Parts: sequence; structure tokens; C-alpha cells
Amino acid sequence: MLLGQDGVTNGAIYALLALALVLVFAVTRVIFIPQGEFVAYGALTLAMIEAGRLPGTVWLLLAAGVLVVALDGLDALRRGGVGRLMKVVGWNIVYPLALVALMRFVPTDTWPLAAKVALTMAVVVPLGPMIYRVAYQPVAEASVLILLIVSVAVHVAMVGLALLFFGAEGSRTSAFSDASFTVGPMMVSGQSLWVIGTSLALIVALALFFGRTIYGKALRATAINRAGARLMGISPALAGRLTFMLAALIGALSGVLIAPIATIYYDTGFLIGLKGFVAAIIGGLASYPIAALGAILVGVLEAFSSFWASAYKEVIVFTLIIPVLVWRSLTSHHVEEDE
Amino acid sequence: MMANILEVKDLCVSYGKVEALHNANLTVGEGQIVTVIGPNGAGKTTLLSAIMGVLPSRGEITFDGAVERVPEVERMVSRGMNLVPEKRELFGEMSVEDNLVLGAFQRYRMGLRDHAGTMEEVYALFPRLKERRSQMAGTLSGGERQMLAVGRALMARPKLLMLDEPSLGLAPLIVREIFRIIGELRKRGVSILLVEQNARAALQVADEAYVLETGEVAMSGPARQLADDPRVIEAYLGLGGKHQDRLAVTGE
Repeated sequence: MLLGQDGVTNGAIYALLALALVLVFAVTRVIFIPQGEFVAYGALTLAMIEAGRLPGTVWLLLAAGVLVVALDGLDALRRGGVGRLMKVVGWNIVYPLALVALMRFVPTDTWPLAAKVALTMAVVVPLGPMIYRVAYQPVAEASVLILLIVSVAVHVAMVGLALLFFGAEGSRTSAFSDASFTVGPMMVSGQSLWVIGTSLALIVALALFFGRTIYGKALRATAINRAGARLMGISPALAGRLTFMLAALIGALSGVLIAPIATIYYDTGFLIGLKGFVAAIIGGLASYPIAALGAILVGVLEAFSSFWASAYKEVIVFTLIIPVLVWRSLTSHHVEEDE
Repeated sequence: MMANILEVKDLCVSYGKVEALHNANLTVGEGQIVTVIGPNGAGKTTLLSAIMGVLPSRGEITFDGAVERVPEVERMVSRGMNLVPEKRELFGEMSVEDNLVLGAFQRYRMGLRDHAGTMEEVYALFPRLKERRSQMAGTLSGGERQMLAVGRALMARPKLLMLDEPSLGLAPLIVREIFRIIGELRKRGVSILLVEQNARAALQVADEAYVLETGEVAMSGPARQLADDPRVIEAYLGLGGKHQDRLAVTGE
């Protein structure tokens, strides 16, 4: 029972990541290997804020912002005049600087946990669209393989930077809630409930976003028919930035959720991301509900195998992908990539 | 003098070394229907794609009084140009209503949140779409899909609507319905650039016409005049149709 509970908790995190991976792939055809890095960035940024230190991610945000302005500044000036340029500069340089100033001069480590989490998100989430602009947008029309290679590069760069920012030491953050409940024979920790509850809430919020809002519909439309979406004025760049922002949001939030129950190192993100990826593959990188169910399966499988055969727990989880791939390739017809 | 909504000067488009469009010149007056006819592979679709900014081109495109040196799709949409492509490019796994809502995406982004009203107008024009509002676009019949594609473009309240082969693959009755709607749109002040293989119907509804052959404008002039031109009759209208009609009329 305890294992099952552990599995479902982890599974909820994998489910979020799997959804982000499916979303990013559907809209931009990018297999987003660095998804896990956002988990580590979120968790470790929060840990540094708690420790009262200035997280290096905020400098990364500033550096990425400067790059974006270098790429977009001239174009914005030519097209939309000074107003548009100021907007680009404002979001990409002034905003990170404001965050740096805030963290430097305001003792944020005494803030309540919720405020710290919000601050973490404010630092990490804008990295998503910036990375899209810098790394992916110039090659947005390239093949899936080239986009995958770019993903590997972004992943390696982000892990390296994480080592630089956070050091090789692992961190944990304080729990959202120390409460624990006894349900029948089971002890349920407050943090597990937080993880599962937040995951569910986020999934519902995403469903509402895609079902009800025009921006959510625009992302779906881009995933269904890129050419048609373009003719409606939904630019691939806009869709890409929006998608990467959601992916970064999901990643960072997952990191914040998991930080109190697991020690996160600078490179932990990759493994977590990969498990989300296994779940996404179970859903064929296309189905959201199957990906979410697959994620729970991955989480539960991992929990049980770590108990009975802990040396092999990763092996067992990743071996899961083989029968899934075999089954998928046998049942689905090969579809030529038509773009 | 009537203002021109669109002026195209010396437009060239190449696919690699092959030139698909050579020094094309074309003008669409405000409130006019202008048609481009021509055989398969003449460059009609290429022309529309280049004006819209989907394809890179050389030449000068003036839309609504401003020169667009490098037309860009999103910008053209925001300035009031809309293209209904030959393949319709609907969002198959989304409902009819969602498809329509997305037609107004660019207006919504610019802060013009009037899509509910526009949708009622589109439904008035295409009552069939209203009946099927919650159906997936991919399950519609060919004619309904074309209506949805046109309706979706109208959601953007375009100044210039470009239609690429709206009658392609549709039953004659539906084709008539589509052309009736094209005429109806003109009454509402929408300028239309219409590319058609169905030359007879196109020349009937249009004010001005261009004949495109192997990437160049071969003939141009008022649609009625072109419809009477023997070369057009022979190449595009066929001897069996209108020519015979005319003979019959003069014979009386």
C-alpha cells in the first residue's frame, strides 16, 4: 500500500511531464529532452531561495533575455517601431534585472513558502519561451531529427549550467505540509496529497485552457494543421513560445512539488524527464489521457521494483518501453511525415 | 476614381531554378471581384501564395495603400487579407464552431473581440454551418467543408478575400451555391480575388479577369469581354457551351 501511494505520487509528476512532452511535440514537433531540466531548475532555484542565496538561474534568464533582444530587437524596431522594441527589451532585460534586484535587496528567504514558489516560477518559467526563441525558432521548419539534435544540445547545455549554478550537492526543500493522515491501514503524507492534488488541478486547468480559451484552441489548431493555422494569423513562433512557456511552467511546478520528497541534484531532471518520456511514448506522443495513465503505471512500477529489485529499478522502468514500442509498431500503420 | 485594394507589380516566384511565375501584374479594385483563370500548373495557386506571403517572391505588392516588400502571412492577415486555400486546411479534429472562432484569432489578438457577432453573420450566410456547429470539421461533406473554409476566412472580416478553386471537387448544385455566395459577398463590400478552373462560372461572377498561362499573364480585361474572346472560348469555355448559346441567340 505504501509503495502504491509512493508510485501514484511519482506517477502524478511523470504524468505532468508526459503531458508537457506530448503538447510540445504536437505543436512544434520537438522531442523536448530538456523537459526534465526544468524540474531540476525549479527545485534547485527554490532550494537556493530558501537558503537565502541568489540562484544562478536568474542570471541565465538575463543572458537568454539579452540574446533574444539581440535576435529580435532590430526586427521589432523595423516592424513595430520604438514601442515594440521597448516591449521586447522590457520583457527580456528589464524583467530579469528587476528579479535580480528584488532577490538581492529584499530578504526573500523569510517570505512564506507560497511566495517563494511564485518567485521560483517567475524566474524559471520565462526561460521556456526564451529557449524556444534562441534554440528552436531558427530551425522551426527543420525535420524532427534535427529538432531532436537541437534538444540534445539544449539538454547538455542546461545540465552543464545547472552544475555551474547549483553545484554538485543535492538539495531538498521544506515540505508544503507536515501533516499526515491515517486512512485505514495507510499513512498518507500531506506532501503526497499536495503533489497529487496540484497535478490534478493543473491537468484540469490545462484541459480548460485547451477547450475554452482562444489561445488554447490556437495551439490545438497548430498541432492539427500548421498551414491552416498560419493562414488564420497564428504564427508558428507564437505557438512555439506559448507551448514552451506551458512546458516550462509544468516542469518548474513539478520540480517545486517533488523537491520536498526527493533530493534533487543538478542532473536529476534528466532521469525524471525520461520517465515522463516513457509515459508519453506509451501514449504514442499523441494521446494525452493514455500518456497520463502510462505515467501512473510508470510510477507504480518504479515504486514496486525499487522495493523488490532496487538495483534494477531503472532497468525495469525503461524496459517497459520495448514491449510498448513493439506493440505500437505492430498495430499502427506507418505514416509518412508530411511536412 | 476607384481605389485599388491590391496592386501586384512584376511578381516573380521561383521553385529552385524553375520560375513558376514571371512578371505577373494584377490589380484588384475595391469592392471588385477579380478572377484568375488558366490551366493546371499555370501558377494560379503560386500567385495567391506569393501575395499572401506563404511563398517567397520578388516584385512589388501594394495592399490597402501600403507597399509590402516582404509579405508575411501573419501581418497580411492582421491587415485584412485572407486566403482560402485549395486544400481548405480546416482543423479536422475541432468543431465547426471552434474552426470559426479561430478565424477571428488575429482580430482577437489585436483586441477586437467581436467574434460572436461576426459568427452570427457567417451563420446567416451559411445556415448549414449553424446546424453542424458542434460537429467535427473532419466529418463534414465536401461542400460543407468549403463553406466552413470560406466562413472561417470571413470571421477575420477581410478587406480582400482570396479564394483558391472554391468549386474544386464539388457537385454542380453546390458549386452554384458557392458562386451565389461569392456574389453575395461582393454586395457586402468584400473585394475578392478568385482563382478558378471553372472559367465559365468565374467569368460570369467577376468584374475583371486575368488569364494565366505557364506563369505569365496571357490576357486580361473586363470579365465580360474576356468571356467573348474567341481564344478564351476555345481554350477555357469550350465550343459546346456558351459559344453555342451565343450562336443560338444571334440566330433568332
